[in-house]
Amino acid sequence: MKKFILVIFALVPMLVLASGGGVHLDKAGNDLSDKESLKRGFDSYVSYCLGCHQLQYQRYNRTFVDLGISEEDGMAKYLLNGQRPGDHITNAMPAKDAAKWFGSAPPDLTLEARLRSPDWIYTYLRSFYLDSERPFGVNNKVFKDVGMPHVLQGLQGVRGIDEHGNLTPAVGGSMTEEEYDAFARDLSNFMEYVGEPNKLERESMGYWVLGFLFIFFILSYLLKVEYWRDVH
Amino acid sequence: MLVKLFTDFMGWIDKRLPVTDAWNKHLAQYPAPKNFNFWYFFGSLAMLVLVNQILTGIWLTMNYEPSNEGAFASIEYIMRDVDYGWLLRYMHSTGASAFFIVVYMHMMRGLMYGSYQKPRELLWIFGMLIFLVLMAEAFMGYLLPWGNMSYWGAQVIISLFGNVPIIGDDLTLWIRGDYVISGATLNRFFALHVIALPLVLVILVFLHILALHEVGSNNPEGIDIKKPKGSIKPEELSKFEFHKQYTAKYDIVDAIPFHPYYSVKDIMGVAGFLIIFCWVMFFAPEGGGYFMEAPNFEPANGLKTPEHIAPVWYFGPYYTILRVIPHPLLGAIGMFSAIIVLFLLPWFDRGVVKSIKYRSKAHLINLIQFSICFIILGVLGTLPATPVYNMIGVFASFGYFGFFVALWFYSKNEKTKPVPERISG
Repeated sequence: MKKFILVIFALVPMLVLASGGGVHLDKAGNDLSDKESLKRGFDSYVSYCLGCHQLQYQRYNRTFVDLGISEEDGMAKYLLNGQRPGDHITNAMPAKDAAKWFGSAPPDLTLEARLRSPDWIYTYLRSFYLDSERPFGVNNKVFKDVGMPHVLQGLQGVRGIDEHGNLTPAVGGSMTEEEYDAFARDLSNFMEYVGEPNKLERESMGYWVLGFLFIFFILSYLLKVEYWRDVH
Repeated sequence: MLVKLFTDFMGWIDKRLPVTDAWNKHLAQYPAPKNFNFWYFFGSLAMLVLVNQILTGIWLTMNYEPSNEGAFASIEYIMRDVDYGWLLRYMHSTGASAFFIVVYMHMMRGLMYGSYQKPRELLWIFGMLIFLVLMAEAFMGYLLPWGNMSYWGAQVIISLFGNVPIIGDDLTLWIRGDYVISGATLNRFFALHVIALPLVLVILVFLHILALHEVGSNNPEGIDIKKPKGSIKPEELSKFEFHKQYTAKYDIVDAIPFHPYYSVKDIMGVAGFLIIFCWVMFFAPEGGGYFMEAPNFEPANGLKTPEHIAPVWYFGPYYTILRVIPHPLLGAIGMFSAIIVLFLLPWFDRGVVKSIKYRSKAHLINLIQFSICFIILGVLGTLPATPVYNMIGVFASFGYFGFFVALWFYSKNEKTKPVPERISG
């Protein structure tokens, strides 16, 4: 009987076996408690991404509060077109026109980090390379035949691809490789935050709940033993 | 003074509704075998999860919007703008997976100790109906976030009904309420998920428990604790007081009242369960991509198929059986048969000895191979279909159905060990 239970439990880890393979992703090494990184990431997002990719489920004031930006500063810096602090982070590009321009409308990225993973975003941002076959002249190693230009080319420079399919070092950007990696990490960090703004709160609450439950478990065990004295 | 007030109040009630009597009959004086083990936690845990789903579901409904345009956004509204909305949602989504884990364990218990055998056939059937309704409930609930996996998962399952000869196309049209899965489908699934099916579920659970208390609980030894009236010496009778409904007809041995003994033990089980549940909920609510699948973080899109459409893990075993059969109609029949055979289990098993402890080696091996096949089928259901996996799936499907066939043959003249008269220890 014991053996039987053991067999069943030994088999359960097989369920873990199934996980997505595919392209190799570099580790972003995000830290959601690093507010400076999140602020830089937010800033970069607004400067480089928001023009096409909305964060339509996230509000400005929520972002300000979570990132430690005062409402006055945030309004002065980010709300330039008469939006209110409670508005969602959207852009002015009509989806219909966007679809005409790019082939398909640029997707909303609020949940991109949950859809693909923060490491994917980090790797993606660093994996553009020149490809004259593509309409925008670039392709991406983790997102084949991507439908957008390399918006950050001015920062990173351009990379080529050699005959083994490896990317060559970037040339001609305003940032060094380390600077650009840090830039991509900040963006990935912000994207992870915006994918689930409550993540830190969730985890910190989790420790309290588990702590309570451990104590509760011990007490309930003692209570059970006390009652069951009558039975044995 | 207060005690007297309470006693008077209960007296007043009891004259009009037998509350105290019901309390005694089903809890304080219900004879439960004294030897319940680990596997006996899962019934009460299933109840706990059901209550969790209903309560969190009510609060989620308050902010959810069942429409093509608003559903996905309203989920993110709950996650971001509603106070503790994220907690309610994760309780509900983790609860869905936990429900199936708990129910599968509960069913496994029934298989191991023969809890489906005479006289508990109807009890087992109510349980299987609960399982069936639960699957429908989970399937419809999974459409509501209106993510892309919601959409395509529903697409795959609903299209199964299109394989029914002659009426297939009309049937799928009737189920969807549209030519494709649309807001109309979402609306009706919402109605069924929040009202119709939960109501059925609660009624079935009620009947399940009523049927259980009528025939009495089985136990890991499979030894009946109800003996013929007058067959037991008074000093050997259980020292506890049981309700007259049970003692009038039988002599009760080796039993203890459910309350307080199993109620305090179940509280301990609840605490242990909640530790695991909350650990997942607070630190890995996506359950490694199995409790919440990644493609569901983009909105439903009828033009964009996810790379790999996988049902949620708990449908895995049945989905694999569907997939490994190359003919669509036969596949669907195979899948539904896999559930129907479970209903018929009490009649496949012609044995009289209940617990695996006293049954033959053949039965032990058969049950182990069944459990292994079930898990393999489950794992395969979440993986993409490749020729090798399909081959394994075919073998595992044979193992699944073979369990019932083999059981029918060997259980008639099974070489069992002698079952003791009484529960020892």
